[in-house]
Amino acid sequence: MAGPVIALRDLVFRWPGQTGPCLDIAALRVEAGEQVFVHGPSGSGKSTLLNLLAGVLVPDGGELRALDVDLPRLSAAARDRFRVDHVGLIFQQFNLIPYLSVLDNVLLPCRFSPRRRQRASADGGDARAAAAALLTHLDLAESLWQRPATALSVGQQQRVAAARALIGRPEIVIADEPTSALDAARQAAFLDLLRRECAAADAALLFVSHDQRLAGVFPRQLAMGEINRATGAAS
Amino acid sequence: MSHLLPLALRSAWNRRHTLGLTLLAIVLAVTLLLGIERVRQDARAGFAHSVSGTDLVVGARASPIQLILYAVFRIGETTHDMSWEAARMLAERPEVAWTIPLALGDSHLGYPVVGTSADYFVHFRHGDRQPLRFAGGRPFEALFEAVLGAEVAQRLGYRLGDRITLTHGGGGFTGAEHDDKPFTVVGVLARTGTPVDRSVHISLQAMEAIHLDWQGGAPIPGFSIPAELVGKFDLTPKSVTAVLVGLHDRAAVFALQRELDGYRAEPLMAVLPGVALSQLWDLLAVAERALLAMSTLVVAVGLAGMVAVVLAGLGERRRELAILRSVGARPRDLFALLALEGFAVTLLGALLGLLLVTVLAAGLGPWLQASYGIAPSHAWPTAQEWQWLGWVLAVGTLASLLPGYRAYRLSLADGLTPRI
Ligand SMILES: Nc1ncnc2c1ncn2[C@@H]1O[C@H](COP(=O)(O)OP(=O)(O)OP(=O)(O)O)[C@@H](O)[C@H]1O
Ligand SMILES: [Mg+2]
Repeated sequence: MAGPVIALRDLVFRWPGQTGPCLDIAALRVEAGEQVFVHGPSGSGKSTLLNLLAGVLVPDGGELRALDVDLPRLSAAARDRFRVDHVGLIFQQFNLIPYLSVLDNVLLPCRFSPRRRQRASADGGDARAAAAALLTHLDLAESLWQRPATALSVGQQQRVAAARALIGRPEIVIADEPTSALDAARQAAFLDLLRRECAAADAALLFVSHDQRLAGVFPRQLAMGEINRATGAAS
Repeated sequence: MSHLLPLALRSAWNRRHTLGLTLLAIVLAVTLLLGIERVRQDARAGFAHSVSGTDLVVGARASPIQLILYAVFRIGETTHDMSWEAARMLAERPEVAWTIPLALGDSHLGYPVVGTSADYFVHFRHGDRQPLRFAGGRPFEALFEAVLGAEVAQRLGYRLGDRITLTHGGGGFTGAEHDDKPFTVVGVLARTGTPVDRSVHISLQAMEAIHLDWQGGAPIPGFSIPAELVGKFDLTPKSVTAVLVGLHDRAAVFALQRELDGYRAEPLMAVLPGVALSQLWDLLAVAERALLAMSTLVVAVGLAGMVAVVLAGLGERRRELAILRSVGARPRDLFALLALEGFAVTLLGALLGLLLVTVLAAGLGPWLQASYGIAPSHAWPTAQEWQWLGWVLAVGTLASLLPGYRAYRLSLADGLTPRI
């Protein structure tokens, strides 16, 4: 991938019903395979930015390109398709669907995206094998794979979520405070695993947290306060 | 869509307890709706079939419905009778194939006693033109012989050869027993599911004989004719309550009716039984509609319950919806997911309800027939019933759009980060 995976310019976003914009970002570029730590206080618009990058929200103005695709121009359905094809997401907690097994949770993107399924099969022979390989890399014993997602500890659940975000090698992985429910030792371990696997999959990683202590391991750090010119958001 | 189906199934299985209860409510509601509808139709059919093959019912002039109540259902007190001469006149008319005279008024332990002729057992038809059959014994021949309807025999435990006493009038007055002239049971009819089952049949002559020493509803004081001597009297009946008439050619029915309505010698009335029966049924239509309204309400409550359960569960499912969104589900997929669930639950509920009704109809049929004279006419659903089910399904599906729409709105508002 030659160009940047994410490029925004003069992006403005305002939540309906709010007076001022929540986000107003002059420029932001993330290169392929780059690992970026995004931090900022609560309410500074981090999650809002991720929703924009994932194509769930549409900016009110400015330019937003992901993988050279003009996201705001796409229809809502096409943005949903783009998301599952190219973006892996990990949230703070409750990432997993309780009634699916660990393995089925990991395979969810392959259910919705032929591209992810194809790429996963190319990696492992078939999608299941690829999921199994990822789970093994992320230190999840095979005995857990068929268990319901709810039977796992929070730390294990987050690793399953990471495997799901990575299966089929999407170009962008977005993690919204995935470690805040973990203790310090596990945070570091999770971060290591996640970064290693993102590098292996050649995926750019946007890692969001308000916890500055995690910033050290990332080659690049972004402070919301610096890139976001809107003042109304942080309260 | 196809990738959503397994998810929808797993999700539903995960919530099987609440969904199961909702399903149960719908199954019972549909069973009730169809059951009531079936009983209603079968009752109506049974009602219309309580007499068949009779072209005219003739009696003294009164209201047609009253005449039918006497002649067919053997209910009510007879106030006017028609003369025996008029009955003979009818029987001798060229267009008349047969007549069955009926004389009512007495009873046996609450069951009506019908004085009639042997023609009753030959010409009377019920249901789909079925003749009367004897479960045992034979028609009456000698004077004090009686033929019992199936229910009378069964309920009172009578067998052939048993002796019974009749009561003057509808019963309830002591001293109004015809106990000086007991009857012998010589025949028991097979079950018909009509008022015949509840009747005690004797000959018109016997009816005359037990009233020889009576006048104005009471025995004549100091005057009694022993049973052995009644043969010395003229037992030709003086009057009858009604006459059932069968014609050679149905086409003559209106002409005869008109003629009888204008009969000079005494005020007569001729009634087409089908018409009067449906008039009578219409009197009951209010209750019928109330029943139907009730069962419709029950279905509505069942469906509302389903929507409420699905909607209430939506709060807990916001995470699930956000996760599905994050892996590429479109808001309209989530809409479909929720709507599909409601549709499936309604469909399953409707089909299981139908199954339950069918099983119940097959299982309870004989009992219904025996206890209420309602014969389940069919086990398999009729076109009408499919239509009912279609309505239930349509309303259920429509109602499920509500949670679907709510999920759609929520997923749009929440994006990837559900707020709770
Ligand atoms: N769905 C929404 N509707 C309306 N306003 C919203 C919505 N989501 C977020 N906001 C507003 O946008 C602003 C930024 O919220 P956002 O969730 O992006 O912050 P954040 O940086 O992710 O905070 P945290 O670290 O607590 O997760 C807040 O002021 C919030 O009130
Ligand atoms: Mg946030």
